[in-house]
Amino acid sequence: MDLSAINPTLLLASLIVASTPILLAAIGELVVERAGVLNLGVEGMMITGAICGFAIAVNTGSPFVGFVAAALGGAVLALLFGFLTQFALANQVASGLALTLFGLGLSALLGQGYQGIKPPPTRALDIPVLSDLPIVGPILFSHDLMVYLALALVAAVWAMLKYTRLGLILRAVGENHDAAHALGYKVVRVRLLAILFGGACAGLGGAYLSLVRVPQWTEGMTAGYGWIALALVVFASWKAGRVLLGAWLFGGISVLQLNLQPTGIPIPAEYLSMSPYLITILVLVIMSGDKSRAPGSLGRMFHASE
Amino acid sequence: MTLTRILGAAALTLGLALPALAQDKTKVGFIYVGPVGDGGWTYEHDQGRLAVEEHFGDQVETVFRESVPEGADAERAITQMALQGADLIFTTSFGFMDATMAVAQKFPDVKFEHATGFKTADNVSVYSARFYEGRAIQGHIAGKMTESNIIGYIASFPIPEVIRGINAAYIHARKVNPEVEFKVIWAYTWFDPPKEADAATALIDQGADVILQHTDSTAPQAAAEKAGDVITFGQASDMAEYKPTPRVSSIIDNWAPYYIARTQAVIDGTWESTETWDGIAPGMVEIGEITDAVPADVREEALAMIEAIAAGEYHPFTGPLNKQDGTPWLADGEVADDATLLGMDFFVEGLTAEIPN
Repeated sequence: MDLSAINPTLLLASLIVASTPILLAAIGELVVERAGVLNLGVEGMMITGAICGFAIAVNTGSPFVGFVAAALGGAVLALLFGFLTQFALANQVASGLALTLFGLGLSALLGQGYQGIKPPPTRALDIPVLSDLPIVGPILFSHDLMVYLALALVAAVWAMLKYTRLGLILRAVGENHDAAHALGYKVVRVRLLAILFGGACAGLGGAYLSLVRVPQWTEGMTAGYGWIALALVVFASWKAGRVLLGAWLFGGISVLQLNLQPTGIPIPAEYLSMSPYLITILVLVIMSGDKSRAPGSLGRMFHASE
Repeated sequence: MTLTRILGAAALTLGLALPALAQDKTKVGFIYVGPVGDGGWTYEHDQGRLAVEEHFGDQVETVFRESVPEGADAERAITQMALQGADLIFTTSFGFMDATMAVAQKFPDVKFEHATGFKTADNVSVYSARFYEGRAIQGHIAGKMTESNIIGYIASFPIPEVIRGINAAYIHARKVNPEVEFKVIWAYTWFDPPKEADAATALIDQGADVILQHTDSTAPQAAAEKAGDVITFGQASDMAEYKPTPRVSSIIDNWAPYYIARTQAVIDGTWESTETWDGIAPGMVEIGEITDAVPADVREEALAMIEAIAAGEYHPFTGPLNKQDGTPWLADGEVADDATLLGMDFFVEGLTAEIPN
């Protein structure tokens, strides 16, 4: 066993990169579910964002425009889900699953001809002084803008839900849509906006995979990360802070176990391989021992006439 | 008289034509573990399917299911394909083995072909390629070109196929570079681009300057390109998009001739359960272009080794070789038998990594 081969600075830096896509997708889904909507199409929206972002970034040469396109792509797909569930009153679980299948197929179609192309590099921010700090610099201050945007989003969602009137309305709609409706809030409008936000976030998460983390386009490249983001929201008891913790745990242990394997650590590789799932779920389940529970109207259909 | 002859001829023609009309097209099905656009393993199988379509034209109809998970779901997918009337079904991943056997028992009239497995039945054949021959070439180039003497290997599952590849590469890397060390990561997946990229990055962070992969996507190539100064090899497919570096050569699986031959056998009614294991010589394993990034002398040696393997003069598993624990395996000049290779569950001496149970 030779742990000296692992560079802790590089490890922590890659932890943050590895957790960003799930974090983005999960924080978006958190808002959707707090508004009382269960969108199981995260995987589909993620992969659509991955190809939209990739294609636009390659064609314009700008990763920034690519990320904007990814957010739009994810949101447009989410709009389809919003229309089906909020206006056509379709079943949310079925629509969400259909959205995933549709997104996977659509992305494969859009991605024809983008295999093996190298995207324009997303540059890391070079923050004067801070980036040059030893240890802390490479870990915290040498990432690309999207990493900080993801963290800012988490903070913003947390603050929005906890302190703002908007957050109160969103939660009211999610907890009891009939009561919220009786109070005069536009349930469908609030939910639609939340769904759009969730789609945009999932799209950004997907584009982070195709533009930064891998970086390339391959069919089916999200490989189930959308489902992990969904699970994370549940295990994090619909709380923004815990989503962040869960994403870091999952991303961190995923990278850590890959780094530990070649050192000859005396833990069998199959246990290391399942450790990200086990530990993340375990920690979050233990934390959710308090009285936190799912939003009251989660997954239920709403129609003003009822 | 003339009328009788005409009628007779007409009857004969009809008699000949009717069975052909009644018998609809031969339907050939393919079950894939990844998406057809993975740029590696599944991509090449699908190229084989397209070659079947092109070769037989209207005679044959092909169907495929992509991204079928190994495990219980595979059985459902294969059953569905058999119910849809497929006459011949290729299941193209090791993990489909038990599902293939189970479905084959229920559909005795359908022919099954399972890739890289070892279980056969009256209506189940197995086929695979001797990828280890290509791994030997890669090991040689890797051993010659590494400067850090650390070679990273992204392994998928601890099955004989993968273990054989690691052994073949290691034996030939060590032969030209006794200092060489292999670092192995078991990814426990065939296709997960972000994880494959992370694995490549982890190996590079730990000093590897050559990455060999036994997973299906091109993600490790992209990760190596991003890191710079790292060489890689295309796996299952040429992965030519990453030429001339990081990808300096590749193993290409050419399934087309086999798929065409087996489809022909079903059409002719001569299909029998067989075990096929072909290598470089019959063309099932091809070595992709060795790029200019490889020094000329190393390239010459690699080409000579390809020749020798193709001519049957050299076997990559030739003694003296010991197992990892030091027990003798092959005596000087002795060549490994196929049974041992097919069930290989041990590393050779010198490898420091361990095989998970």
